[in-house]
Amino acid sequence: MGELASGHPNVVAPDGTLAAAAPADTHFLRIEKLVKEFDGLVAVDNVSLDICKGEIFALLGSSGCGKSTLLRMLAGFEMPTSGRIFLDGKDIAALPPYIRPINMMFQSYALFPHLTVWDNVAFGLKRDGLPKDQIAERVEKMLGLVQLKPYAKRKPHQLSGGQQQRVALARSLAKRPQLMLLDEPLGALDKKLRERTQLELVNIIESVGVTCVMVTHDQEEAMTMASRIAIMSEGRILQVGAPHEVYETPSCRFVADFIGNVNLFEGKLTEDASDHVVIETPECTHYVGHGITGTEGMAVSVAIRPEKIRITQQPPSDLARPACNWVKGEVVDLAYLGSYTVYHLKLATGMILKATVASVERLPDWQPTWGDSVFASWDEYAMVVLTQ
Amino acid sequence: MSTGRVNWFGRGWLAAGYVFLYIPIFLLIVLSFNQSRQDVIWTGFTLNWYRELLVDKEIIDGFILSLKIAFLTGLLSVVLGTFAAFTLVKYSRFFGRTAFVGMVNAPLVMPEVIIGLSLLLLMVSLQNTETFSWISRGMFTILIGHALVGMAYATVVVQSRLQEMDRSIEEAAMDLGCRPRQVFFLVTLPNITQALMSAFLLTFTLSLDDVVISQLLSGPGSSTMPIVIFSRARLGLDPRVNAVATLTILVVTIGVIASSIYLARLERRRQKEMSAAFSADAA
Ligand SMILES: Nc1ncnc2c1ncn2[C@@H]1O[C@H](COP(=O)(O)OP(=O)(O)OP(=O)(O)O)[C@@H](O)[C@H]1O
Ligand SMILES: [Mg+2]
Repeated sequence: MGELASGHPNVVAPDGTLAAAAPADTHFLRIEKLVKEFDGLVAVDNVSLDICKGEIFALLGSSGCGKSTLLRMLAGFEMPTSGRIFLDGKDIAALPPYIRPINMMFQSYALFPHLTVWDNVAFGLKRDGLPKDQIAERVEKMLGLVQLKPYAKRKPHQLSGGQQQRVALARSLAKRPQLMLLDEPLGALDKKLRERTQLELVNIIESVGVTCVMVTHDQEEAMTMASRIAIMSEGRILQVGAPHEVYETPSCRFVADFIGNVNLFEGKLTEDASDHVVIETPECTHYVGHGITGTEGMAVSVAIRPEKIRITQQPPSDLARPACNWVKGEVVDLAYLGSYTVYHLKLATGMILKATVASVERLPDWQPTWGDSVFASWDEYAMVVLTQ
Repeated sequence: MSTGRVNWFGRGWLAAGYVFLYIPIFLLIVLSFNQSRQDVIWTGFTLNWYRELLVDKEIIDGFILSLKIAFLTGLLSVVLGTFAAFTLVKYSRFFGRTAFVGMVNAPLVMPEVIIGLSLLLLMVSLQNTETFSWISRGMFTILIGHALVGMAYATVVVQSRLQEMDRSIEEAAMDLGCRPRQVFFLVTLPNITQALMSAFLLTFTLSLDDVVISQLLSGPGSSTMPIVIFSRARLGLDPRVNAVATLTILVVTIGVIASSIYLARLERRRQKEMSAAFSADAA
């Protein structure tokens, strides 16, 4: 992620690992115990978040988990049932939307159909009573930023989806908000245009330097665009972290499963030392090369990402404990996707293990194929032990 | 049927339909040029009746009064109907909403005679009180009757437009700094102008050809054109009435044709612009 967008607080730590830098101003937007109920249905459940100045923060979750509701409370369209929202130290929870220094980009763009592109962008500035020449200057600048100058005189219905999206962006940036909210900013675009637009959008946002909270249900979009991600489920925040953190160290089964692909083994903690633990699952014994907070005998899950699994013809010989961290399976499915191949292995217990193998060599000596009996193994740092 | 052609049976029905619809109108137009005063038998061509119209004070006054009432009815109905529709769409729950919906819709289903009669009773009772004794039956009372019915129609038209409108543009306006009142005038209103125009035209027309309510609520010296035509037709055939009717048909026909050409052109242009815009994404 780091090289895609230079302004991200993701930096490379001295030991070579990616780490989220401690941001200078962690309290720019502070959400405290925010709750929203609709007729007894809890849409947002006790959410607390700190968002730093200048970051792009993504709320990620499946449909109906309360992302939009949370965003709409920030914008002022919904009154929180309880809880507080501080922006730059001021409590804004009671302010109406037209007073808040916050602008939102709507999922449907919500462009004014009766106004031209130029007037759409100028709309907010006119409400502020800015002098005419200043409005003109700022609108021109915004249209330049989103490369829509030639379209200034068009009406929204005369624009393509991608162009409408950029008008919406220009309109919400024009007022120079302290905080910008984006609800599924690319949701209405088709897949190809989306991928192209993601980085473009990040570049524009970062060149302006505005703090952003965006909502999406597309994890790739969240990981591409955001410096930090909050995973939401049923109104609650499950984990907050940089993209690599939520991917590599998910805090619970839901997050592990939601972000990317994962193999989950259910088992029991049988050996709990300070520098390692051993977990028995029906498929195999897992030797984990670090300690966890847990007690012997407790039920845990072991999560392994498909790309961390090696597939070999012979039993693996280079493992820290020869009896652990490998299984035997039969290839029941494979998909060659160019840069990598996805294998589905059927284990003795019936579990399907997913493994991806990068196409490092152009013509490898050996490639497993349908029906082959193979060994899958992983090293002692490849897995994450989940207790929730 | 897939060829899009109609078989002989269907064509027969179609012809019967056209005859049924257009023969009376055709007859009326022809008779307005007929020399004979009493008969429906053609005796020769004349423009006499049209000439007489120009000096027929009763008809001209009735026409002007009708126009005035129709125009004011249109305005009043659209303003009141817009407020009512806005309230109904915007607030899904408030005290007495069901009663409000019922009252707004009642004039649509209630027989006009009953509406007119109840209003007449109200006016007469009011005239007997001290404070409202200034009310006299005439233009004002007719206007009230027409606006009552017109408002119901206007509410339905505006309400359906508001319901299909993307409400997020109102939120966007608020987000960009509009107070609620500004949202209404700067964003909501410009986006429902077409509906307001149709509501105006609808209520204008309804008022223009209403007889029942006008008849019940009119007073001496305040006969609208339909009332004049009606009372003359009752006294026997009058070719001047035919002339008035022919002129009305002419105006309506021109209006309808012009507006449908205009709308079709607008729609075609919009389609073209939209397809041009979407090919830009593919590039
Ligand atoms: N105005 C409302 N009245 C009643 N219930 C609501 C309202 N708005 C949202 N909800 C409910 O709150 C829950 C969360 O809705 P929300 O729109 O925040 O979901 P979301 O995460 O944005 O989903 P999606 O990805 O589909 O947009 C849903 O169960 C929804 O039905
Ligand atoms: Mg949503």
